Amino acid sequence: MFFLDHIWLIPLLPVFGAAVMFFFGRKLEKSAVSAVCVGVVVVAFLFACIAVSQFNAWTNTPQHYHQPREIPIYTWLGSDTGHLNYLTHDGTLAPFQADVGFLLDPLSSIWLLFVTGVGLLIHIYSVGYMAHEGGYYRFFGYMNLFMFSMLTLILANNYVLLFVGWEGVGLCSYLLIGFYFHRKSASDAANKAFIVNRIGDAGFLLGMFTIAWYFGSLRFTDVTLLARSGHFRIGDPVITLATLLLFVGACGKSAQFPLYVWLPDAMEGPTPVSALIHAATMVTAGVYMVARSNALFVLAPESMKVVAYVGAFTAIFAATIGLVQNDIKRVLAYSTVSQLGYMFLALGVGAFAAGVFHVFTHAFFKALLFLGAGSVIHAMSGEQDMRNMGDLRQRIPTTYKTMLIATLAIAGIPPFAGFFSKDEILWQAWSSEGGAYRFLWLIGWVTALLTAFYMGRLIFLTFFGHPRMDHAVEHHIHESPKSMTGPLVILAIMSIVAGLLGFPHSLARLVGFKSETNYFERYLDPVFAREAKVFRAEGEGTQLAAGEREEEHTSPLEYVLMLLSIGAAVAGGGMAYRLFSRADKGFAEPMQVAFPPAYRILLNKYYVDEGYDYVFTGRRKVGDVRLGVMGLGEASSWFDSHVIDGTVNAAGWMTRAAGWISSLWDKVVIDGICVNGPAYIAQGLSYFPTRLLQWGLVQWYALVMVVGLVGFVAYYAWH
Amino acid sequence: MAPITTLHYLVVAAALFVLGVIGVLTRRNVVIVLMSIELILNAVNLNLVAFSRMWGLHGQVFAIFVITDAAAEAAVGLGILIAFFRNKETVNVDEVDLLKW
Repeated sequence: MFFLDHIWLIPLLPVFGAAVMFFFGRKLEKSAVSAVCVGVVVVAFLFACIAVSQFNAWTNTPQHYHQPREIPIYTWLGSDTGHLNYLTHDGTLAPFQADVGFLLDPLSSIWLLFVTGVGLLIHIYSVGYMAHEGGYYRFFGYMNLFMFSMLTLILANNYVLLFVGWEGVGLCSYLLIGFYFHRKSASDAANKAFIVNRIGDAGFLLGMFTIAWYFGSLRFTDVTLLARSGHFRIGDPVITLATLLLFVGACGKSAQFPLYVWLPDAMEGPTPVSALIHAATMVTAGVYMVARSNALFVLAPESMKVVAYVGAFTAIFAATIGLVQNDIKRVLAYSTVSQLGYMFLALGVGAFAAGVFHVFTHAFFKALLFLGAGSVIHAMSGEQDMRNMGDLRQRIPTTYKTMLIATLAIAGIPPFAGFFSKDEILWQAWSSEGGAYRFLWLIGWVTALLTAFYMGRLIFLTFFGHPRMDHAVEHHIHESPKSMTGPLVILAIMSIVAGLLGFPHSLARLVGFKSETNYFERYLDPVFAREAKVFRAEGEGTQLAAGEREEEHTSPLEYVLMLLSIGAAVAGGGMAYRLFSRADKGFAEPMQVAFPPAYRILLNKYYVDEGYDYVFTGRRKVGDVRLGVMGLGEASSWFDSHVIDGTVNAAGWMTRAAGWISSLWDKVVIDGICVNGPAYIAQGLSYFPTRLLQWGLVQWYALVMVVGLVGFVAYYAWH
Repeated sequence: MAPITTLHYLVVAAALFVLGVIGVLTRRNVVIVLMSIELILNAVNLNLVAFSRMWGLHGQVFAIFVITDAAAEAAVGLGILIAFFRNKETVNVDEVDLLKW
């Protein structure tokens, strides 16, 4: 079990490549850079294949039947001696511990294989694509750093290490989108991606803290075990809150409404970056995280409803915007947002395996589409506007054929991969919870129609019709080198056969298969506890993933819906063919001709970016008043300095006024009336009897004495 | 002629007393007022001696006290008069009214 026990080498190899680039990259030749960086990814991919096969062997033995394999390395945060304890929600002490440890189970195995596989193909492609660009070593260093972060994310055994990988991919996304940082639009786009991501990360962190507080542990195995033990009831409010917060994080990373705005702008980066990060791997991190937390989501039906509705809304919203975009990469960006919406729709209705299957197939055909678009741009000497392309079919045949295969896959035409995964999602949306999500099926179906339409428009404008480019560009059109077309062919093959891994039973039955053919879904059973019967729901309305396996009956409705999906795809493609396949110079966009106001709204992406600018960035003023959230800040500051401080000042002023009144009272009333008054009165009263008698004449005084004496004598003489 | 009894002495003393009092009250010159005060004191002496003939020597002893007292008082009074004269250049008692309100 060497490869399984040393699984930590898988992320370590790319980071070694990144370190070599960091220290020595500037001095190395381009060939040396390619050898190191592509070489480490090759080794990582082979290592991953062997590790997964060893894991499958291990997990099918009777004593480890369908258990995940945990490989702890060391304790990173916290202590394993129990010194870092904290109180959980019910008062018990739990140790805070986050290890660097790896978890391999079917979910992370799938992700591991396609991340390293598609990553490898894109690295090979980049050797050809970036051959004439500057900063070659920097590009590959960042790409390897990205591989390290993504592998850490998917192999982590606890939320904290997952978050480390989460932040790492966000960082690499910033570095790679802003690769041509001399261009202001590129550096702005990089900032936008990181900042919008950060908003999601805040939600993720809060969700993580809630889980730590409620479950007492951050390890996936502990949390899943506790969640499935029946200890909590369905609809537990704390778990609903935690899952909603985690979903906010997933919205930020996986570009769902309203945090999707960074993904179209991220097309400023080089095309391999768009293929790897913004199609196949980084944006699937949100889906991975939700799938990993499926035990929690199953306990919170309200959150799952939110996930499903947000996913469906994002799917149709982005699809409508993609209908009228002129930049080939923008169309693909909105397509990515839309398909991610499908994945969250699947997770929300409880069809976790279907969502993961769509991630898997989408990685192949979306990476193929982006790499093919890169090939087209390379052939057109940097032109990205589809209005200036046309009739490239015969000139770049390999690119055309592979992109056609990818378009058929994404539109959902059988037997290509996209049909099986998308159809599974739509069927689950229709039948889940006794039909509660039928409206979301309708949204998904309309989105499928729109997807076929805008992808058809892309293909027909680019490869069909009349050439609309400049003559100088036209002369330079050439097929891409083998290093670029090789990965295209391999991805095209995968886009065709990958769907067979998830062949639905309803179709297999028609050709006589009795056993379960949906290998993909069966492989993921242990992760989503479909065979575990420990969990029993208390009320009605249990979700499909709540521990019960759907019986192997197929209603005829499934075939009807399948035919409807195919019909939508064909109709969309057909409409696009009629409108765009004969496009000539100066062709008018049909929607612009038919519904000009609708066209304007769609072309301007529903003015969402402008809305955010007005509300959040605080750059807009009306006169002197700032708008939006920053305006609220300014208003609060004004309120604080004028009203609140004014109140304080008024209190001080009133104290002074009171003092003045007090002193007035003291001077006038107390001193004047009460003290001096009686004095004046006494003075006035005493005027007559006392003052007037003080003549100062001695003889008068003597006379008074004599009169008194005579009076005494007379008195005694008489009595 | 009737014999001279104590009564005659008392009457003379009373007469002298009244004269003295009138002098004190009505004369304008401060010196005359002082002389009138002496007259009052002498009248009282006469009274005391007259009664001492009947009642023992106490009266005479007291009369000697009074004479001493009168002498001291006259000295002091004249001193005040001289001090006052130095200030106000007058010996009219009407003009001693500094304590008038």
